[in-house]
Amino acid sequence: MVDMEYLKKSPLQKFWYNFLSFFKNIPAVLVAFFKAIPARLLKFWNKILGVFVTIGSAAKNGDWKTRSSFLIMGFGQFARKQWLRGLLYLLFEVLFILYMVFFGWKYLAKMGTLGEVAMIKIEILEPPFFEYKFVDNSMLILLYSVITLFIMVSFLYVWYKNVSGNLTTQELAEANQVLPTAKDDVKSYADEQYHKTLLSIPLLGLTVFTILPMIFMIFVAFTNYDKAHMPPAQLFQWTGFDNFAKLFGGGISSDGKIFAYTFREVLLWTIIWAFFATFTNYILGMIVAIIINKKGIRFKKFWRTILIITIAVPQFVSLMMMSQFFSDQGLFNKLLEGWGLIKKPIPFLTDGLLAKVTVIVVNIWIGIPFTMLIVTGILMNIPADLYESARIDGAGPVKAYMKITLPYMLHVTTPYLITQFIGNLNNFNVIFLLTGGEPPTNDMQYAGKTDLLITWLYKLTVNQSEYGIASVIGILTFVIVAVISLILYNSSKSVKEEEDFM
Amino acid sequence: MAKVKKLRSKKGAERTVNGIIYAVLVVISIIWIIPFIILFIQSLRGEPGGATSYFFPKQWTFNNYIKLFTQTKFPIWYGNTLLVSVVVTVVQTTIVLMTSYALSRLRFKMRKPLMNLILILGMFPGFLSMTAIYFILKEIGLTQSLFGLMLVYTASSAMMYYISKGFFDTIPKSLDEAARIDGANRHTVFFKIILPLAKPIIIYTVLTAFTAPWGEYMFSSFLMLGDPDKFTVAVGMKEWLTATMLGEWFTTFCAAAVVVSIPITALFIWLQRYYVEGVTGGAVKG
Repeated sequence: MVDMEYLKKSPLQKFWYNFLSFFKNIPAVLVAFFKAIPARLLKFWNKILGVFVTIGSAAKNGDWKTRSSFLIMGFGQFARKQWLRGLLYLLFEVLFILYMVFFGWKYLAKMGTLGEVAMIKIEILEPPFFEYKFVDNSMLILLYSVITLFIMVSFLYVWYKNVSGNLTTQELAEANQVLPTAKDDVKSYADEQYHKTLLSIPLLGLTVFTILPMIFMIFVAFTNYDKAHMPPAQLFQWTGFDNFAKLFGGGISSDGKIFAYTFREVLLWTIIWAFFATFTNYILGMIVAIIINKKGIRFKKFWRTILIITIAVPQFVSLMMMSQFFSDQGLFNKLLEGWGLIKKPIPFLTDGLLAKVTVIVVNIWIGIPFTMLIVTGILMNIPADLYESARIDGAGPVKAYMKITLPYMLHVTTPYLITQFIGNLNNFNVIFLLTGGEPPTNDMQYAGKTDLLITWLYKLTVNQSEYGIASVIGILTFVIVAVISLILYNSSKSVKEEEDFM
Repeated sequence: MAKVKKLRSKKGAERTVNGIIYAVLVVISIIWIIPFIILFIQSLRGEPGGATSYFFPKQWTFNNYIKLFTQTKFPIWYGNTLLVSVVVTVVQTTIVLMTSYALSRLRFKMRKPLMNLILILGMFPGFLSMTAIYFILKEIGLTQSLFGLMLVYTASSAMMYYISKGFFDTIPKSLDEAARIDGANRHTVFFKIILPLAKPIIIYTVLTAFTAPWGEYMFSSFLMLGDPDKFTVAVGMKEWLTATMLGEWFTTFCAAAVVVSIPITALFIWLQRYYVEGVTGGAVKG
C-alpha cells in the first residue's frame, strides 16, 4: 500500500517525501548503527582470537626453527634457506630494538605525565650569568609517544607475520612441497601480492601525514595545551574531559560559557550554510544546464566555455577579487556611489546578515559552472527515446521535465549531492578568503558572524594557540560530519533500491 | 488548415521561449565574465589607490605589470608555485593511479576496510592535523621549505582515488583476463593494458593536481609563515589585500591575478573535455 502511494506521487512530492523521511530516519539509522556495534566488536574479537590461536599453535606444533623465531625474527627463515625473508625480518627486529632503546622509550616513559620540568636555569660565565635550558617538551613527548606507539603496533604485526609465516612454511616443508625462494618472493610482488607493492607508498604517506597527526590531535583534546601552556617554556598536562565540559556545559567559568555559546552559533550557521550552498548551486546549476542544452539553442559550446572560465581561474583569485569588490570601500560600492545610485556604502560584508547572504550569492557564482558541467554530462546520458515516447504520449516540455529529467537527475546525483554537502560543511576557502569569518562580534569567542567550524578552528590554532579546545571542536566536527554522511548514504541506498531507474 | 495554423503558433511560441533563453544566457554570461573584465581593466589602471568610482580608468598603463616583476617578490612566488605544482602533479598522479588500480582491479582481504577507512579519514577536518604535521616537519627540518610543502600536498594523495577508481571500474575485466591467459602478470596488465586506456583520467588527475597548489592557502600560509621567499602566489598576494597594503597594491594585485590566471585558464580550456569526463564520471557513480 505504502509503495503504491509513493509511486503515485509527483517527482517533487517524492523528493519532499524522501527529504522528510530522511529526517524521520535519523533516529532509526543511529539506533541501527549502534546496534551493529556489538556484532562488529564480536567479529573483531574473533579476529584477535584467531591471531592468538595461530600463535598458540605455532608454539605448540612448531619445530625448533619456528619456535626460535619467536625470539629471533627470521631465524626459521634462515634455517629453511629463505635468505631474503630472513634477512628482512632480522633487520626489522634489530632496527626496532635500537629505536626503542635509544629513542622511543625515553618519550614513552614520560607519556603519563607529559614531562615534569619544563626548563632549568643554569649558570654561565658571561653576563647575564644565567640562561635557560629546556628539559621536557610536552608537545614532543606526546608526538614521539604517538609515533612510538605506531611503531610498536607495526612491530607486533610484523612479528606475528614472522611467526605465522614460519608455521606455514613448516607445514609446506612437512608436506614435502617446494618452498618459495627469494626469487619467487620478488616475483609474487608483481603478481599475487601486487597490491602490496602498489599500496605501500600511498599508505605510508597516509599513515604518517594523516592518521598519525589525527591520533595526536585526538590526544591533545584531553590536555590543556593552550596559550598559557606553550612548550617549550611551559608544560601542558592531561586534563581529562575538561575541554569537552567547557564546550558543552559551559562549565563554571565565563570563559566556558562563551565557548559553548560560540560553538552553538557557529555550528548552526555551518549547517545553514552547507544546506543553502549545496541546494542553491544544485537547482540553479541544473536550470542553467538545461536551458543551454535545450534543442534549438545555438552556440552551446560558447555559453559553456564562458562559465568554465570561472572554474579555470584559480579559486583564490576569484574569491579575493570578490572580497575586494564587495567591501565597503570596494569597487561595487564605489561604482554605485559614482553613478549616484546610493549615498553611503552597502555593507555587503560588514553587516552580519547581509554578509551571510553575500557569501551564499558569491558561492553560487563560483559553484554553478561545476554543477552545470556535471548536469550536462548526465543530461546527455538520459536515453532520447524516453523523451520521444513521452512526446508521443502528448507530454509537453514541462511535464517531460517533471516526469523524466528531474527524477533521473535526483536519482543519479544523490552521491554527488552528499559529497557536496559534506564538502561545504568544511569549505574553508570560500569563507576564509571572502570574509575571513567577519564581521566580528563581541559575544563570540574568537569567531565572526560568518565563521564556519573549520575557519574558527583555523583562528583558534593559528592566531590563538588554543590547541586543546580546537581539537575538541575538530573531533566534534568529525562526529557531526560522519553522522550526517552515514545517514545520507544509508537513506540514499534505500532510495536507490526503491526506484531503480532503468 | 487548422493544423498548419496550430503548428505555426507552436513555432511562434517556441521562438519566444528561445528568445527569452538567449536573453537569460546573455545576462548570465555578463554576470560571469564581467568580474574578470573588471580585474583586467583595473590591472591596466594608471591612477594609484584602491577602488575607483568610475568604470574605465583615466590613464592606461603597463606599469603595474612592470612593478609586479621588478619591485615585488612575485617572480619568486610564481617560480615556487610552479615548481611545487609540477612535482605535486607527477607524484600525486602516480600515487592516485597506483591506489585506484589496486582498489579497482586487485582483490585482497583488506580492500573493503581500506576503502571505508579512507572514506572516514576524509571526514576529519584535515587542517587540524596541521599542527602535528608542522612539528613532524620541523623535527626533520622541513618547515619553511618547498620540499616540505610538496610532501604535505602529496602525502595524502591516496584519498583522491575515488574518481579514477570509478573510471578503472568501467574498463572491461575481460581485457585483463585475456592478458592473464597469455601469461601476463598483474604488473604487466597495469602498465600494458590499463594505463594506455586510461588517458582521459590521467589527464584529469594531472589537471586537478597541477591547479590545486595555485589556489591552496591554508597549509602553505601555515608552513611558510614568516619567510616571504618561500611563499606561493596565493599566500603572497593575500597580503596585498590587507587594509594597510590595499591602497598601494590593489592594481598590482590585479596584474598578478591576470598573470596567474592566464596560463591555467588556457590549459583548462585546452583540456576541458577530459575534465568534464572526469567530473561527470566521478559524480554519477554511487
